[in-house]
Amino acid sequence: MNRIEARSEVHVLSPPLAAGLRRGSVSRVLSGAKSARWRPGVTTGCRHAEVFAPAGEASGAALALALARDALGFDAEDQRLWLWVQDKAALRLSGRPYRPGLPPHLRHRLIHVAATTPEDALFALEEGLRCRDLAFVIGEIAGNPRALDFTASRRLSLAAEKHGTALWLVRLDARSDLGSARMRWRVTAAASPPPRWNPQAPGRATWNAELFRAHTFQPGYWTLRDDDTALAAEPAGSGTPDHGDLVRGSGARSLAAG
Amino acid sequence: MAIWCADLALDRWRLAEGCAAGEGSDAAPLALIAETAHGPRIAAVNAAGAAEGARAGAMLADARALCPALAVRPADPAGDLAFLEALALWAQRWGPWSALDPPDGLIVDTTGAAHLFGGEAMLLADARAQLARRGLVARAAIAPTAGAAWALAHYGPESAILEGADLMDRLAGLPVAALRLDDDVLLLLRRLGLKRLGDLAGIGREALARRFRNRRSPGANPLVRLDQLLGRVPEPLLPVIAAQQPMVQRRLMEPIRHRPLLDRVLMDLAEDMARALEGRGEGARRLELAAWKVDGDVLVRRLEMAAATRDPAHVCRLFAARLDDLDAGFGIELVRLSAPWTEPLALAQAELDAAAERHGTSLAACIDRLTVRLGTEAVRRPVPRASHLPERAQRWAPPLEPMPGLQEDFAFHERPLKLLDRPEPIAVIYEAPDGLPRLFRWRGGVHEIARAEGPERIAPEWWRERSTVRLRDYYRIEDSTGRRYWIYRHGLAGDGRGGAPEWFLQGLCA
Repeated sequence: MNRIEARSEVHVLSPPLAAGLRRGSVSRVLSGAKSARWRPGVTTGCRHAEVFAPAGEASGAALALALARDALGFDAEDQRLWLWVQDKAALRLSGRPYRPGLPPHLRHRLIHVAATTPEDALFALEEGLRCRDLAFVIGEIAGNPRALDFTASRRLSLAAEKHGTALWLVRLDARSDLGSARMRWRVTAAASPPPRWNPQAPGRATWNAELFRAHTFQPGYWTLRDDDTALAAEPAGSGTPDHGDLVRGSGARSLAAG
Repeated sequence: MAIWCADLALDRWRLAEGCAAGEGSDAAPLALIAETAHGPRIAAVNAAGAAEGARAGAMLADARALCPALAVRPADPAGDLAFLEALALWAQRWGPWSALDPPDGLIVDTTGAAHLFGGEAMLLADARAQLARRGLVARAAIAPTAGAAWALAHYGPESAILEGADLMDRLAGLPVAALRLDDDVLLLLRRLGLKRLGDLAGIGREALARRFRNRRSPGANPLVRLDQLLGRVPEPLLPVIAAQQPMVQRRLMEPIRHRPLLDRVLMDLAEDMARALEGRGEGARRLELAAWKVDGDVLVRRLEMAAATRDPAHVCRLFAARLDDLDAGFGIELVRLSAPWTEPLALAQAELDAAAERHGTSLAACIDRLTVRLGTEAVRRPVPRASHLPERAQRWAPPLEPMPGLQEDFAFHERPLKLLDRPEPIAVIYEAPDGLPRLFRWRGGVHEIARAEGPERIAPEWWRERSTVRLRDYYRIEDSTGRRYWIYRHGLAGDGRGGAPEWFLQGLCA
């Protein structure tokens, strides 16, 4: 079977296209000629992303928050509220948001929804996406509940794209079954770079992230780190020491000028 | 002006019986009784009963021994209070402002209103005539201060009017009970031999202030009451104000039993309510929907909104979730929507249709929809609290309430992103007695600790907790695969507050 035949067969089998997707982009995806590699700070245009994470660590929610801040551009002027929805299992497994631990310019803007069932959590997510006054929505759902099937996922995607509010859905201990998210990440915690002043202490939050499904980006592995002002990425495996605690170079100024 | 309805409970009973004083069933001895822990006690007694020897406050059994023919009826203090409230509103015919003086009095502010009745004497005469016409035995008095008017109404001559500056001279002959004091203070004053207001004024302020120096409440401190009587210190009173609550209703020709019809009725009601509220320039914070059923049952559904609104579509959508379990039975014949709590809401620019379609809902509407389905406890925001204990450093508040004013957030060293609701016990291998942890087991998995920072010692808050609460040493740790946690050792070995220290995992770091 030569390459042309294979492509035409794929076209016949491919599912109906989602609204807002061009046929060309899909064929590029399928042929492996993706446009770009993802990197922090790039404009993705993605309104619905899923982050698969283990339940015994906070890396899923932390990466979702970091990606949300990355997408919003770390804007200090933005005072819109944001929504964090958890279902009961996620709340029990991975705990509740803690205000003093949140990033300083996000902590006073949080609205937390503790839903009992996954159905209620999905309802809260959809209502949050429909609201025009929210900056973004973070959802946390444990496992693969029956309510979160492809239809529910598609509803969330459509609501997010219609109203322009971004959704990061954290899936704790979940299989990556059918879903309509435009970008799907898999994340685990990674060893952090040793801080300069106390090498025995844990350093800045670091994650091993795998982008395993995306419409417009090539899949890949990164080691991501949350600096206070930006999301930093290294190709997986390179462990450079953390210079985040260093003072800035004095440059051409005199030291007395501060 | 102070009004004292001396026989309020009996007057109400007479009005209910429809008989005048001393006639009909009032001619025989009768008492109104209240149930107490020691048996029935007389709350009020009529003139015939009093003549036979029954007294208010006596036990019914004792009164029966004196007067075997005594008839009894139950007293109704709640009804008396409701009647007094209605009477307070009615008494605003003599002044713009009235206050309750439970259990049986009223205070009306008649400042500047007497000329409408032809002077204060005519005003008092009018009040006496109107009260008598309603069948109430009442005494009224006018004085410059509420305290003086109360004293004259209870203990002064009939229809007293007090004017001029030298109040004390004119009131000196009244008994000390005219000061509205508690019973034990009255007893104390009687034992001290102080019987008249003049006696109190004669012994000097310093002596009174010293004798009652640790009595804060005005009812227990004769000096404060005396100053209030003479107008030297202000006496705030709580006025009675009639509040009209917007209410709309639909009486239905045919009892309805089906949901679509009820939704239609609800839509009509919401539109009527929006019109009523718009006329007043208000929006509803709380709405009550009551449905009267044919079989004599009333179904009530309440709704509370995060921000004032009068949007009919929003109200209908919120009620739709609450009407699912409504049992119409044989049908609903009357539906009423009322707004017990309203707030000012100015007219706003109506959204242009295309923009509304694209922009979705407002924040308040979103919060309302979430709270109606999930409950008020489910939708909250974290608010800082001045405490060093991690779980107490934040509390959860309703989402749209304004943030409480805090001088400054506590600056903590490093805190985890998430906190478990209940710290989970873990088994830890550590350098005894108080060294760094090396290995721990949590939820069935073994974590080898690669790096740790600590301890950060957080002492118990002794002003809130018992003395036996142990301190906590917090460690920020990272295990060999990079997972970061916040764990603590509860207590020290040999601190005399329990056995060996236990370890807990409380937070998950980013």
